[in-house]
This record gives sequence, C-alpha cells and structure tokens, in this order.
Amino acid sequence: MKLRSLKMRKFFDLAIKMAAGFSAGLGIVVLCWILISILSHGFKAINWSFFTNLPAPPGVAGGGLANAIAGTFLITVAATLMGVPVGLMAGTYLSEFDSDASKLVLLIRFFSNVLMGIPSIIVGLFVYTILVRPAGHFSGYAGAVSLAIIMLPVVARTTEDMLAMVPDSLKEAALALGAPRWKVTFHIVFRAAKSGLVTGSLLAVARVSGETAPLMFTALNNPYWVFSLNRPTPNLTVTIFNYAMSPYPDWQQQAWGASLLITVGVLLLSVLGRLVIRERKS
Amino acid sequence: MSRTVKQVAIHRESALEKNLPETNRVKIAVKNLSFYYGSKTALVDNNIDIVENKVTAIIGPSGCGKSTHLRVYNRIYELYRNQYAKGEVFLDGQNILSESQDIIELRRRVGMIFQKPTPFPMTVFENVAYGLRLHYRLGRAEMELRVERALRAAALWDEVKDLLNHSGTALSGGQQQRICIARAIAVEPEVLLMDEPTSALDPVATAKIEDLITALKTKYTIVIVTHNMQQAARVSDYTAFFYEGRIVEYDHTDTIFTNPKKRQTQDYITGRFG
Repeated sequence: MKLRSLKMRKFFDLAIKMAAGFSAGLGIVVLCWILISILSHGFKAINWSFFTNLPAPPGVAGGGLANAIAGTFLITVAATLMGVPVGLMAGTYLSEFDSDASKLVLLIRFFSNVLMGIPSIIVGLFVYTILVRPAGHFSGYAGAVSLAIIMLPVVARTTEDMLAMVPDSLKEAALALGAPRWKVTFHIVFRAAKSGLVTGSLLAVARVSGETAPLMFTALNNPYWVFSLNRPTPNLTVTIFNYAMSPYPDWQQQAWGASLLITVGVLLLSVLGRLVIRERKS
Repeated sequence: MSRTVKQVAIHRESALEKNLPETNRVKIAVKNLSFYYGSKTALVDNNIDIVENKVTAIIGPSGCGKSTHLRVYNRIYELYRNQYAKGEVFLDGQNILSESQDIIELRRRVGMIFQKPTPFPMTVFENVAYGLRLHYRLGRAEMELRVERALRAAALWDEVKDLLNHSGTALSGGQQQRICIARAIAVEPEVLLMDEPTSALDPVATAKIEDLITALKTKYTIVIVTHNMQQAARVSDYTAFFYEGRIVEYDHTDTIFTNPKKRQTQDYITGRFG
C-alpha cells in the first residue's frame, strides 16, 4: 500500500483554512464598514434638537426627528402587543397541545415557514388592501398590524423550539403532582423556558424595527406630532427613505442620524437577547 | 412461613374477621393489565396486589416493563398519544383506568418520584408549595407549616431551612430528589410511586433516600422500581420480578431472594442474566 502524500494533506488543510478564514473576514469587514460609515456620518446629526424638535423644511436649521422617534416607538410597541402574544400561543400549540406529526401541526409549521420567507413589501401591500383601502387613509395601526404579521412566525417558531427544549421529565413531574395540562404549560414549562421566550420576542422586535417597505404602504409618514395611531404616523425608517432620497444635505444628514439610532437600537436589543441567553446557561 | 400475595388477600379478610390490626390490606389490585406502545406490546396480563403501608419493589432486567407498569398507577403515560393500557387497576376497589376516574384526584392520591430529580424552576419553598396550591386553599401560615412539615418528613429541613428562597435547581442531586419527595408528600397522597429514585445519585445520597423510604412506609404505600437488587432487598417487604412484560414471580422479599420458586427469578437474582 502506498501512503497518501503528507504534503498534499497539509496543502489542502491550509487551503481550506484560508478559504474559511477569508470568507469569515469578508463578512466582518463588510459589517464593520457599514457600522463605521453609519457611525461617522450619523454622529454628526445627533444632537439635542435631533431628539426634541420636529422636522424643519430644507435649509432651516435646528430640525429634529422627535415625532418619528415617538412614532416608531409607538408602532413597534403596538406591533409587539399584537404579534408576541399570538406568536407565543401559536408556538405553544405547536409544541405542547398537539402531537408532533399531526396534520394541523405540519400545516401550521409549513405556512409559518412560508410566512417567514414572504418579502415584507408583500405584507405591506396585503395590509394596505385589507386595512388602509377600506379605511380610506393610512394609519399607524395598519403599520403595527403589518409589523405584527412579520413578527408572528418568528415568535411562533422560536417559542416552539424553546418549549421543545424543556425536558418531558419536568412536564411529567408537574402532571404527576396533579397539575392540569394548562397549568403545567404556563407555570412550569413557560418558567423553564422563560429566558428563551424573552430572547425570541426581543429578536423579533429587533427584526421588525428596521422594516421600511411594509410601513410605506400602511403607516406612511407625516412631519407633525403623533396624537393618534389612527392617522398617518411618522416613523424613522420611512423618514430615512424619504430624506436619503432628497437633494437636501441637511435632510440627508438627518437620515444618517436616524440610521444610527435604529442600528444602535437593534444592536442593543440583540445584545440584551444574548445576555438573557447567557444568564440562562449559567 | 411465606405467603403468596393471593394468600395475603385472603389473609386480609380473615384478619378482618378476627378483628386483627389491618396490616395487610390490599391498596392496589391489578387485574389482567396489558400495555401497548403503538402496536408494540410492553406488558402482558399483569396481575398483582400491592399491600397497604408496605414497600413493594419491582425488579427485572432493562426493558422488562418495570417502569411501564409503575406509570399505569397514576396514568402518567397519557401524556403520550400512542400509549394505552388495557385491563383494570383498582385503587381501594375503584378502577382507576375507567373513564369516570378523575385524573387530578388520582394524582393527588398517588404521588410519583422520578429517576432524574425534577425540581421546578422556582424557589425551594415554592417547589413544595406548588403541589399544595394545586389541591388545597391554604392561608400563609398554614402553607408555611405544611411546607416545613413536608421538608422535615423528607429529612431535608435542616439542610434547606436557610435556603428556602434559593432556587430549587441549585441544590445537590440528592437534595433535589428529596425536594421532589417533599413536594410529593406535601399533598398527602396515599401511594408513592418511585421510578428508580436513586439511580442518578451517589451512594451517600442513596442511603439517605433508602432510610427515608423505610420511614415513610408507616404513612404511605410505596411501590419502587429498581434495577439494584441489593436495594430491593434492603428496603422492600414484597418483591415482584418482571421479565419481558410479564410478572414472573411475586412474593415476600425474603422469599424472592432466598428461596425463589421460578428458575428465571433465581437466574436473575444470582446474576446469571439481566
């Protein structure tokens, strides 16, 4: 028998290592590039009036995005209030209340995967058709509904995965004590999976807080204070879109500022999510 | 000298007639119990009488149906869709496999300890209080009293009395298992099922649990599944030997270990297989 060549083995080992390292490096470089340009451009736009003032016409100094910040916050909270509870319950059904191979479970799981893959602009158009058109006007509620629809499958799937990780032995122990099924689920299984569920919800919020397309068809935007989500509602992402496409340098500057704000927000949510996971592991 | 269990049942009636202390009352009577995992048969025609306030051990090689048999007594197998039992299991004369049996009531009367300690993700106090809250309406003082009593009965009070607000999952394995015992006896069951309760524990913790079993039998009827024959010999009054889903032999523990009637039993306890 002839031995395989040692040189060739070492060469291939090195080549694969380099290819993998290069690809990883490429991803990190692009990410850093984006972060650095957002930071360097956005930082200049961030000042006190950015958070407190209403948008100013082009050329007028001292404008801010206070209304869009408040609007985005309100829409996201409303979307979370709709999307997370329904997603949690759907995931609970998938994991706890039906057999793993039942037709209904397979169907829901399939459609939830499809829903996760649907481009967000389609969700926006859908909500436009069922809510905005009949109402006759754009509204923050319609925006929240479209974001909730995007959150739904994300929360449902993470919930299902997290609950499935709770060992059967824990459920058996609670049942053996005489707990009815729903108490086992809500008192024991949810508690055991708590940090996973919180993380899943946080990541779903992070996922939608950068969405623009669905809001363009639903919440639209406006340059005034939000008093009601029942009207076109200002928000950061559509503002970024409008301002970045505008020919005015100070609007473009504000778009960078809004980008920075959203990026930092999403980053914080993700970090918070990871921290919760780490606390769970220790 | 030794009586078979059918004789025990007869003896019970004669004991009643003679007005003797009712020490050999049958608590659980199993009649023609078979069990299936989907199309696979796990138990065949099991018949056994479990005597009140005694420890009954179930022994046998892996996969012989010991745990499966035990898990019928509180119908815990119903968590899984494709598992079902046929036959009758009488608890104080009432068939627990019948449709009309309330399952929560059954599980209040028949507690269970599992192989792996399963403390709930909450404090030591809440772990024990959880079962109590499921079944009883109690004021705060009464609750504290009952939790303490259960922890004392589980020989754990002195070790955890200063840790009541700590997480139950942070205790040692042996302590966790005694939390589970405290949790089970807090609701004042009549029967305690133990499914290899010490197989995940070290020898010192095992010894503590075994002492506890002996202490608990004055109040509870205990059925323990064990793969450890020495343990069965140490803690039990009666022993049933299971093989391939059937009860091969059931008798006083002394008889099973010193003078078994069946060849298979003898082969197993002398370590020739299993």
